[in-house]
Amino acid sequence: MRSLTHLERLEAESIHIFREVVAEAENPVMLYSVGKDSSVMLHLARKAFYPAPPPFPMLHVASGWDFSDLITHRDKTVREYGLRLIIAENEEAEAQGINPFDTGSALYSQAQLTDPLKRALTAHGFDAAFGGGRRDEEKARAKERIFSFRTAAHRWDPKNQRPELWNLYNAKKSKGESIRVFPISNWTELDIWQYIALENIEIVPLYFSKPRPTVERDGMILVVDDDRFRLEPGEEPETRSVRFRTLGCYPLTGATVSDAADMNTIIQEMLLATSSERQGRAIDKGQSASMEDKKQEGYF
Amino acid sequence: MDTPSSFQTDALIAEDIDAYLHAHQHKSLLRFITCGSVDDGKSTLIGRLLYDSKMIFEDQLAALESDSKRHGTQGEEIDFALLVDGLAAEREQGITIDVAYRFFTTEKRKFIVADTPGHEQYTRNMVTGASTADLAVILVDARKGMLQQTRRHSWLVHLLGIRHVVLAVNKMDLVGYDQATFDAIVADYRSFAKDIGIEQFTAVPISGFKGDNITAAPSANTPWYEGPALIQHLETVEVDNAAAQAQPFRMPVQWVNRPNLDFRGFAGLIPSGTVRVGDPVRIVPSGKTSTVKAITTFDGELQEAVAGQSVTISLTDEVDCSRGDVIAAAGDPPQASDQFSATLVWMDEEALKPGRGYWLKLGTQTVTATVQPPKYEIDVNSREHLAAKTLEMNAIGVAEFATDKPITFEPYADNRQLGGFILIDKFTNATVAAGMIAFSLRRADNVHWQPTAITREDHAGMKNQTPRVLWFTGLSGSGKSTIANEVEKQLNLMNRHTFLLDGDNVRHGLNRDLGFTEADRIENIRRVGEVAKLMADAGLIVLTAFISPFRAERRMVRDMLPEGEFIEIFVDTPLEVAETRDVKGLYKKARAGQLKNFTGIDSPYEPPESPEIRVNTVDMTPQEAARFIIQQILPLK
Repeated sequence: MRSLTHLERLEAESIHIFREVVAEAENPVMLYSVGKDSSVMLHLARKAFYPAPPPFPMLHVASGWDFSDLITHRDKTVREYGLRLIIAENEEAEAQGINPFDTGSALYSQAQLTDPLKRALTAHGFDAAFGGGRRDEEKARAKERIFSFRTAAHRWDPKNQRPELWNLYNAKKSKGESIRVFPISNWTELDIWQYIALENIEIVPLYFSKPRPTVERDGMILVVDDDRFRLEPGEEPETRSVRFRTLGCYPLTGATVSDAADMNTIIQEMLLATSSERQGRAIDKGQSASMEDKKQEGYF
Repeated sequence: MDTPSSFQTDALIAEDIDAYLHAHQHKSLLRFITCGSVDDGKSTLIGRLLYDSKMIFEDQLAALESDSKRHGTQGEEIDFALLVDGLAAEREQGITIDVAYRFFTTEKRKFIVADTPGHEQYTRNMVTGASTADLAVILVDARKGMLQQTRRHSWLVHLLGIRHVVLAVNKMDLVGYDQATFDAIVADYRSFAKDIGIEQFTAVPISGFKGDNITAAPSANTPWYEGPALIQHLETVEVDNAAAQAQPFRMPVQWVNRPNLDFRGFAGLIPSGTVRVGDPVRIVPSGKTSTVKAITTFDGELQEAVAGQSVTISLTDEVDCSRGDVIAAAGDPPQASDQFSATLVWMDEEALKPGRGYWLKLGTQTVTATVQPPKYEIDVNSREHLAAKTLEMNAIGVAEFATDKPITFEPYADNRQLGGFILIDKFTNATVAAGMIAFSLRRADNVHWQPTAITREDHAGMKNQTPRVLWFTGLSGSGKSTIANEVEKQLNLMNRHTFLLDGDNVRHGLNRDLGFTEADRIENIRRVGEVAKLMADAGLIVLTAFISPFRAERRMVRDMLPEGEFIEIFVDTPLEVAETRDVKGLYKKARAGQLKNFTGIDSPYEPPESPEIRVNTVDMTPQEAARFIIQQILPLK
């Protein structure tokens, strides 16, 4: 008799989900945001198909305002594991005058994240996309299915989702429809960190604290990641020891002042923290149901 | 609130994070479901568990406070129900329509809670939530005692095979923590539980609101209580995973891993048993045997793998094995059959259609299954057996199933993963039902096709023609029979061997016992399909003239025949035209309400999406239409 730990059971469940999709979908893809959840997802995908490599490409939706460390980490990972990477971006953003400083957060995320994602999914004809969403992240996600169905227009209809019993997933769909699949639905933020620590998964250095040039704006600490960052009159970057709990576009992602520079102290901070993970993201602010609205439009 | 010993303590985290993490890497996982209505305080209890385990962060708490003011039902108090409600539309309507999964953790275990709030869709949602749970917490309001709902929830819990039951007698604060009240409810429940087959349960007197006996017991208010606190019990109850390991080994093959010519591994999640390198195994249903050569994982080769693990197994022989097969202990394999009896929980707004083909998914197998009319429906409240012709949403019944090829399974009571299945509608792709197999009706290995010396090719060759089924479909009065007759006459002149099956004629004999309900219409078409198939096997060109209003059944007949032999002919006559013709006076009767389930009036007609041939009877005479059809099917040999 060998008793399995909670992480072993979560891992086995996620691997099972990855394999079901590969067995039943025609053309799957993994959405790879390069964040910690994506890093865990990639690790699980590599386990699921070992000794074969993951039999699907990675899709990164690049807004053009990603942290430079994140892009470096992405390219290194892709090279090291021999992955196929597809980059989706809105090439006309600059011409359209869309940027995180002048554009409202709703329009910005629509133009830079949601639209390029939908376009890429349609252009490549992907019928299943793995995402790193977790049910503990936000109230609206607690009821999200592991297999979430999207119409041909990539919309999510909360009234028309399928019940999921035992470990049976119904992957049948009509032409044009697609599925978003969330293999780590049942993981919590703590599980993710514990697993990263246990499995020695390499993550973007931005999660670890170090002195970085920052400004404080609307109660958020922002890192001045490159010289495109538009300073307000009188604003002067100040060096603070900061790290990130979640990674989005750098001008929209709030950092946490911290001294946690290694894995265990990060987890320690997380456990003692009093604010939830998504608070660092400007996109989630606003009405409490805003995440749901975005999901209906096709954002993850 | 006291700091509970079992929840994580900030002190340990702050002092020695390494020790804390080490301890937490060895936690186990328990999945449970909470059952009860909103009034039983279920959401409050879950809210408290999340709160006590620090799973509510301050920003969520702030949002909760503002939400409580806007939508709450607790006045100025925090409404924990809002914490466990999710979707905006539901919140506006004040109802929850689904299963939500919540997470919390203690020093000993991680917990996944399936929360299924009570209202009319309850059966469906509770069955979904219970399907993955190892334990059920059944909440009872101490003021009200056992209700109809308590009985229904308990029976569903038992039906879904949950072995651990906790009776949480809640709101003890509102009955003055009275021991006699608690004891009376427990005694009531004990006799009921025995009746339905729940052998044991643990009863805990609690107050979700005040926190009594949640994390530590006995609380100062219940000195008379000698059992564990709710959390203590949840932390120590044996998880089903251990029991699964003691059963014989099975692994449904999910995917064949073949990165190069030297490696061929079978990937899957082990639902039961233990497997070791060198073990003899049998592939079911083929029955071929082999030996485990290696158990391959990303973290290295294993000597042994157990229930609950996802692994990749390779065998010493090049045996046929692919997705849907089950690799099992050679000496104790599961059975395979194409007929079995099962309990079915209907989950879709469109009721069960006996005789229609549905996708059935069990383990990694997907087959076509037809359901016989239910033997009976079970009243979820009284558990009485009721006569039933179909099953509506949220109904539970027992029925016999036939599949188009043998599937490998075990009775649900023995193995949840190999005994539970879902049914999928072939057109909407919706998951319409959950089923639990009771027993096999026959062993597929006893049933063989009797090989015949004269093949269908021989029959067709003698008649110098290619067999076909010309399937005329369209509204009543569209001209199906007239045109089919004309086609047959012309084929006859061409010396072809034909036979015309006409709807009205068949109902005088073969299908005399069938009426016009949806279920009977499906059976009507199924029988006609089988007869047409036999005639095609005999080499005939078969013409059928049936309204055959549903796509699913026309598709079913198409699937029975070799590719290219089913020719769907849509006799496309608009309803107004057919109704004007009204040769048999049926439309008039239907409009007058004297005829029920009449296609086009009060029963739908689903036109073919891509028929092989479409004829327009408004612009063509029957003779022209017949000539057109024959031109389309030439050459006949």
